[in-house]
Amino acid sequence: MAARQYDQRNTPEPRPDDEPAGPPPTAGSASARDAEVDSLLDEIDDVLETNAETFVRGFVQKGGQ
Amino acid sequence: MTVRRIMGIETEYGILGIGNPGANPMLMSAQVVTAYANEGIHGGSRARWDYQDEDPLRDARGWSLDRSSAHPSQLTDNPSRPAPDGDGPGNGSAGSAAGGDEATGGNWGGVTQRRRPAPQPEPATVANVILPNGARYYVDHAHPEYSSPEVTSPLDAVRWDRAGEEVLLRSARLLAQIPGMPQVALYKNNTDGKGASYGTHENYLVGREVPFDDIIDYLTPFLVTRPVFCGAGRLGRGQRGEQAGYQISQRADFIEAEVGLETTLRRPIINTRDEPHADATRYRRLHVIVGDANMHEVSTYLKLGTTSVLLWLLEQGQVPLELSALRLADPVGAAHAVSHDLTLGSPLDLADGRRMTALQIQRVYVDVITAAVGAHAERTGTAPDTQTADVLARWSDLVTRLADAPASCAREVEWLAKLRVLDGMRTRDDLPWDHPRLAALDLQWSDLRPERGIYAKMAAARAVERLVDPADVERAITHPPEDTRAYFRGEAIRRFPDAISAANWDAIVFDVPGQAHLQRVPTSDPLRGTRRHVGDLLDAHADAGSLLRALTAVPPPAEESGT
Repeated sequence: MAARQYDQRNTPEPRPDDEPAGPPPTAGSASARDAEVDSLLDEIDDVLETNAETFVRGFVQKGGQ
Repeated sequence: MTVRRIMGIETEYGILGIGNPGANPMLMSAQVVTAYANEGIHGGSRARWDYQDEDPLRDARGWSLDRSSAHPSQLTDNPSRPAPDGDGPGNGSAGSAAGGDEATGGNWGGVTQRRRPAPQPEPATVANVILPNGARYYVDHAHPEYSSPEVTSPLDAVRWDRAGEEVLLRSARLLAQIPGMPQVALYKNNTDGKGASYGTHENYLVGREVPFDDIIDYLTPFLVTRPVFCGAGRLGRGQRGEQAGYQISQRADFIEAEVGLETTLRRPIINTRDEPHADATRYRRLHVIVGDANMHEVSTYLKLGTTSVLLWLLEQGQVPLELSALRLADPVGAAHAVSHDLTLGSPLDLADGRRMTALQIQRVYVDVITAAVGAHAERTGTAPDTQTADVLARWSDLVTRLADAPASCAREVEWLAKLRVLDGMRTRDDLPWDHPRLAALDLQWSDLRPERGIYAKMAAARAVERLVDPADVERAITHPPEDTRAYFRGEAIRRFPDAISAANWDAIVFDVPGQAHLQRVPTSDPLRGTRRHVGDLLDAHADAGSLLRALTAVPPPAEESGT
């Protein structure tokens, strides 16, 4: 499963434990990560649209009430 | 009655062609509804919506908007609209049953007769059906919409709202099995992040004695601040997501006015549509259009429960001064500010010069209402019912924990649950807030397909609290609530699908073989037509003809007479 998750990534992003490329995450958000979130994110990686950018661009709705 | 009253939820779902995002949403919506009408209901359903009693331009402030000055999108009582684009056959011919002469006849609450219309070709798509659970399922603008049956409690509102999700999901699956039909995905959200919004409306039957000005005064600060506990969360700020970042509510940025009749443009905090679908001398229907579509069951439950118990307080006629003092200096600006303030700590300007946070305002509401419920219980010697006590306890607890330990609320509060995984992904992968993967997560949150929906994954992982048993939801797909007129409507549809030509909230039109005319049975009181009222009657008649003969021959059993 794990290998497939990485395959599905649209563009591989650096993990937080790699050399930070940009500004570090804020303290509050870093502490919000926990084992349960990591496990949920693994599941989300599996189902997230593989081409996120195209999906988001194509998600156009008509206005309603 | 406290949290208990007649209520219901209307939800317009987002719709997208899988692999074909440019597909016509009006046509797909009609196909989704038609697939369910033809394949999803036992015996099919030929019952169509009857527009006779609709009056969407009636304003709670006491006047009616002239049709010629109404925006076309406000004319929701015209059965010939919306139509699928292109050369698709007509739809919604349903309402045409309303055309005939009427003559009062019979003894049961004024059963009337209508001329039967000439046979018409069955349209290829239907835009409007009544479900055996009492709901209305139809195409509104360019979205499939599920209007739940009338229920009497917030927990039942959750049950029949969840049933609606299942109806939509099954519709899409049924459609996908029909050769030549599109595969569609459905989303229970309120915006595409590109400027379009579609609604999730709550309806509450409120005593007519409550002055509408009271509703405006006391509900405005409440509705502006309640997203802190029932917002669904949204990535992007501004109607088109012009600014990167997260916010608490799906709908807040689309609020543009304080009070008004519109629902499709210049959307107001307090909507004045006054179509009670009940005795207008006794009731008004409060139509709340600012709420988010919630996947979280607790969010739906508390959204309905807290609003209902506030309306109960207004119906008592004596509102403590503390609530009057909560008037906001700029309600529309405050609605946006509350949604954008993830710290929950920024104060809002009140009209009297004070400054209070959204949580402080909610604290006043919960304390005042809890005290009033307690005093009422003492005065009457009856304890509040279970749901009222539970709603008040949860509401108070959340207002406390949202201030002290917001991360502890993610199982109950939808915007925090979504933020938890969005922020987790953002930090894990070092993404900017406007990264497409985060935007995709936000949109897919409410995808109804369990294999694709992010909320569904959270629920399966037991990361969110559930309130209703899946078996209850399953039953609510095909069965109406038992304690409102939805029982008679839903059971009639379920038992006699071939003998009902049309229905709406206020009436059911029977088309009994062998009868010269259609027969319209009014259901003008939402608290009649319950199982207690008509259950035995329905059980005693195996066919609609015999039921109608009984209805027109004898006076109805009194509500009080019990079994």
